[in-house]
Amino acid sequence: MSGPAVSVERLAAAYDGPPVLEEVSFSAEPGQSVCVLGPNGGGKTTLFRVLLGELEPASGSVEVSGRPAYMAQTERTRLDFPVTALDVAVMGTLARGRWWLPPRREERAAARAALERVGLGGEANVRFGELSGGQRQRALLARALVQDAPVLLLDEPLSGVDPASATLIAGVFDELRAEGRALLVASHDVESARSFDLVLCLNRRQVAFGAPGATLDRATLQATYGHELIVLEGGEGAVTVQHHEHGH
Amino acid sequence: MEVVDFVLDPLRSGIDRRALLELALVGSLCGALGFWVVTERLSYGAESLAHGLLPGLVLAALAGAPLLLGAVGGALAAAGLIALAASDPRTGPDAGTAVAVTGLVGLGALLALAPDSPQRLEELLFGDPLGVTDGDLAAAAALVLAGGAALVALHRPLTAMAFDSAGAAAAGLRPTLVRLALLVLLAAAVAVAVQGLGALLVLGVLIAPPVAVRAHARTPAQAMLGGAGVAVLAALVGMEVSFHAHSAAGASVALALCAAAGLGAALRPWRRAARRGALPRSLPPGPASPGPRPGGA
Repeated sequence: MSGPAVSVERLAAAYDGPPVLEEVSFSAEPGQSVCVLGPNGGGKTTLFRVLLGELEPASGSVEVSGRPAYMAQTERTRLDFPVTALDVAVMGTLARGRWWLPPRREERAAARAALERVGLGGEANVRFGELSGGQRQRALLARALVQDAPVLLLDEPLSGVDPASATLIAGVFDELRAEGRALLVASHDVESARSFDLVLCLNRRQVAFGAPGATLDRATLQATYGHELIVLEGGEGAVTVQHHEHGH
Repeated sequence: MEVVDFVLDPLRSGIDRRALLELALVGSLCGALGFWVVTERLSYGAESLAHGLLPGLVLAALAGAPLLLGAVGGALAAAGLIALAASDPRTGPDAGTAVAVTGLVGLGALLALAPDSPQRLEELLFGDPLGVTDGDLAAAAALVLAGGAALVALHRPLTAMAFDSAGAAAAGLRPTLVRLALLVLLAAAVAVAVQGLGALLVLGVLIAPPVAVRAHARTPAQAMLGGAGVAVLAALVGMEVSFHAHSAAGASVALALCAAAGLGAALRPWRRAARRGALPRSLPPGPASPGPRPGGA
């Protein structure tokens, strides 16, 4: 594969008004993982919407290798809708076309394999709304895996999951990077960001982009989070005080 | 044997058999379609459409044209007027829709109560299943075939969109087009169903069946098939009641539909408790339902 998997140059994005995100420039190579950090309303979901093609850039350019797979926040799914974990994973096959026909045997097999990969093989026929929070995140990850995309956009995949699920999901991330896929992961967790190849800090504009060691310093995090940041004693770590992002 | 005779008596009449066939055809499609109408929170839109097409029905009756033609024209005109009225940001979509529908129903009543009107208002409002024609049955059969094929073709996109609109869009679907296809199907179903059940009662056959079965279905397909079954059963019960109690057929069917919805809703807590009791104790409880999705469907 030649060239970056994701390339963004001087991006600005807006919703019928002034820009809610501007001056964003970064790129990710195949096999790299990028943690997108930022406060609520900082522009993480807006960036993903632009990368998905749902929102036209107000200015600047965006290039993505192929159609990216997207893992939405669990809060954006309907827990009362009668679908099983397998049904959710099968939805990933819609990216292959033939939406008007029932899924083929090999598509159902791919969905089952994705569920096995995220440790949900035994819960394939359990209703999505009856899964635990971590299991739901994994079912949504399975749907993204089925899309077999070179770029995956994951919106807070580790938010509110149990430690076992978090470990399993992190393991799948490593496998995806080894397969040469680029991962962009929106997160609030400053400490987990240190395990990524790159970190992109947003607060309505790009605050910083680079390797975690060079990026996650106190000044950058305070510029990113402002008063929502609590620096732990000794300055070795930091946490943010906020809830899940629901808007843009 | 007396019970069998009691049940079969209404079906010995050709008029009643035709009425039941019409209601079964329309009910089987609307009962299935209603699941998506309720899921996509289009119940108010369906009600507005069903009521707003009244002037079209009355004008067709006055002109001696097929009521189906009037219903289609009325539905298109109502959809346009409702869209226009709902687009005013000062009042919001609900208020604009309410004003537009009230105006359309008022206009329909005015036309229907004119001295030259050949058809009584209540027949247009409440329908007349006993008066269905061969053309009505043919239209209902065509609706079942075309609408059923559309529901099968749209099943995966509708399922993905209802579960997670953003995820469906990321997988390559266009939620706006899927929703438009659903609205077209809804308008066609309302235009045909209004022949048998009338402008006021057509909503019952669309909304009551999914309300009755939704909490008990494990899959969208089960909910659709269950809704179709409830609609057909309610048509049979309604026609039985109408025959034996000498009540209006359309209204009897509508009441049977609403009774089914009430029964289904009443059984819901029992089912939920049973399901909770069946869950293994080790399964951690999930978060509460998130309520309405941001940005709608």
